[in-house]
Amino acid sequence: MSSGRAWLLIAPTLVILAIVIVYPVIRALVMSFQKDAGLDPATGMFVKGGSAGFSNYTHWILQQCTSASGTLVPCPPGTLGSQFWGAVGNTAFFTVVTVSIEVVIGFAMAVIMGKTFAGRALLRAAILIPWAIPTAVTAKLWYFIFAYDGIANKLLGTNILWTGDAWPARFAVIIADVWKTTPFMALLILAGLQMIPSDVYEAARVDGASAWQRFTKITLPLVKPALMVAILFRTMDALRMYDLPAILTEGNPATRTISILVVEQIRQGFNSAASLSTISFIMIFIVAFILVKFLGANAVATQENQRKGTAS
Amino acid sequence: MASLISKAVLSKAAVLATAATLLTLTACSSDSGSSDAASENADGRGPITYVEGKDTTETGVVRQIIDEWNAANPDEQVTFKEQSNDADQAHDDLVQHLQAEQSDYDVMALDVIWTAEFAAKGWLTPLEGEFALDNAGILPATVESATYNGTQYAAPKNTNGGLLFYRSDLVPTAPATWDELTASCTIAVENNIDCYAGQFASYEGLTVNTSEIINAHGGSFVAEDGKTPTVDSPEARAGLQALVTAFETGVIPAQDTTFKEPESQQAFEDGQALYLRNWPYVYGTASKEGSAVAGKYSVAPLPGVTGVGTSTLGGYNAAISAFSENKATAADFLRFLQGEQAQRIIAEGALPPVLTSLYDDPALIAEMPYLPALKASIENAVPRPVTPFYPAVSKAVQDNTFAAIKGEKSVDQAITDMQAGIESAGSN
Repeated sequence: MSSGRAWLLIAPTLVILAIVIVYPVIRALVMSFQKDAGLDPATGMFVKGGSAGFSNYTHWILQQCTSASGTLVPCPPGTLGSQFWGAVGNTAFFTVVTVSIEVVIGFAMAVIMGKTFAGRALLRAAILIPWAIPTAVTAKLWYFIFAYDGIANKLLGTNILWTGDAWPARFAVIIADVWKTTPFMALLILAGLQMIPSDVYEAARVDGASAWQRFTKITLPLVKPALMVAILFRTMDALRMYDLPAILTEGNPATRTISILVVEQIRQGFNSAASLSTISFIMIFIVAFILVKFLGANAVATQENQRKGTAS
Repeated sequence: MASLISKAVLSKAAVLATAATLLTLTACSSDSGSSDAASENADGRGPITYVEGKDTTETGVVRQIIDEWNAANPDEQVTFKEQSNDADQAHDDLVQHLQAEQSDYDVMALDVIWTAEFAAKGWLTPLEGEFALDNAGILPATVESATYNGTQYAAPKNTNGGLLFYRSDLVPTAPATWDELTASCTIAVENNIDCYAGQFASYEGLTVNTSEIINAHGGSFVAEDGKTPTVDSPEARAGLQALVTAFETGVIPAQDTTFKEPESQQAFEDGQALYLRNWPYVYGTASKEGSAVAGKYSVAPLPGVTGVGTSTLGGYNAAISAFSENKATAADFLRFLQGEQAQRIIAEGALPPVLTSLYDDPALIAEMPYLPALKASIENAVPRPVTPFYPAVSKAVQDNTFAAIKGEKSVDQAITDMQAGIESAGSN
């Protein structure tokens, strides 16, 4: 096929991608360099803000707000500007903790599901239920469980304010997120496990490798590509987390993530929200880049070897 | 995992998808400056569209009102555009239409807290001159909620106010002041239940509860210009202090910091609280099956410092779009909305009307026994801060109050931060 015809065939896709992805991205970038409309003290009406330079970005990163006299001051507590680093911290904390727990539990679940036993199909289907429930429903479900007179406090015999106090609220979000997304992790890892040919294990057994050696020398390296993809997906999911903390612990400052901050800022001013979402996009991009570059490259190599190995 | 081959592609796609999700959220056009649209089409007559969030009243209040109007005005028919049930979505829908300066929304129902924002953006027709409304007989606080920078921009349509529900089997007469209320908490202790339940989770309800107690002590949040903060005052400090003291002494139990309307209502209906601050709808639900307090509760205005307290106003105002082509008809429709005929339909739909006289109507009181208490409550009510930066102001109030009632911040510090937060609202 001539390359001209090829371009013609993919042109509709490119146009659609340009409209749904490129245009909004550029639009948001442009907006992030404009000031939000301000109030004209003489008339009490809003007037256009004009160019903002990098002030929308420094507003978040350096936490600078404008005082009534027009000078830059540190953003006072209770303004969204003062909550940027707190939100970044919460997001990073949720990401690291939930993804770590999910890898460990997900791996264990995948190993169990990989074994042959009666009712395996039923277990595999059942385990997917938490993943199949929409996040908003999950969040509301756990909201009732963690209510003051809810099941969690009744079972534990405690009076913990799960959604009101800082650390209990964070743990509530982590527990709900792990419950919800571990099955996804388990399924991706299971797919990786099943790629490993069983004769490799048999050979190892014949050579007298212990169960631990078989796990560290065979399972772990060979499952790594699948594991890396699972970790990458989950990490980026966690970095964007919005609905779970928003519904489970509505408004609690201790569980405010970057995405929640973006949505709250949209209600106050579009242009600062555009810069905030650009900042979070860059942060997520960097994290994804690091994962792909340093961990993913290795994974691709492993997979290449694996394919060559099985082919021969 | 055959898809691993294209892993790099996948991850790139995921990154792009992330970007798209985050960025499209904000890909709306920026604010347009005010135009002269407000003064155009002042004499326009013809069919108009009325926009309001989903009508959840059992009687279908909006349809009834529009049917009555349409029967009387065959040449100037009103069409009802029903929006989503979700207030935030309804707000965004209005913003989109008005930002684009579209003329398809003529009269819009605005939550009281949106009115100043829409007015300051030049999207509403000022109700002065030929559009002026007769406010005689309308509850003054509701008119105040529709007034920004000295000009009335909307017609109060239906209102709402906080009420004090109390266990009439345990408390013979309702406390008139906050001090009386806290003193009577010994009754709660004797009966092994909590004293006071309200909405103190970190959300809009906290702003409502906080402003009620601060207003009751004579404090305020922003000046009439909608911008200058006024919360740093001895009165506001006294109000917040009363709230913090109530938490410290257990008058309000610590779990109330996780309560919104449903949880506080549940606590009262389970017989777990002596007093409940909530909206009038609880009057009906608390006597339904499953309630432990059916027949054992009564209702009173919110307690204040020396007498009746100051309730925070909820409810909706109706405003004429600056881009409407039939403003004369729209203005007539606003007058119709405030007339007795429409207001009675609103009252019968269990929405608190804005027409004072209906609160004394024996037939309505028989149906809704809480009306006299609600009248006392709303006559003394203060609207929430009337400011175009409402979300930011509310945030400053919520976050700092939440820190104060959790004991993470002193009352002095919370008020100082609130003042600074309101000052930087909308300036970034």
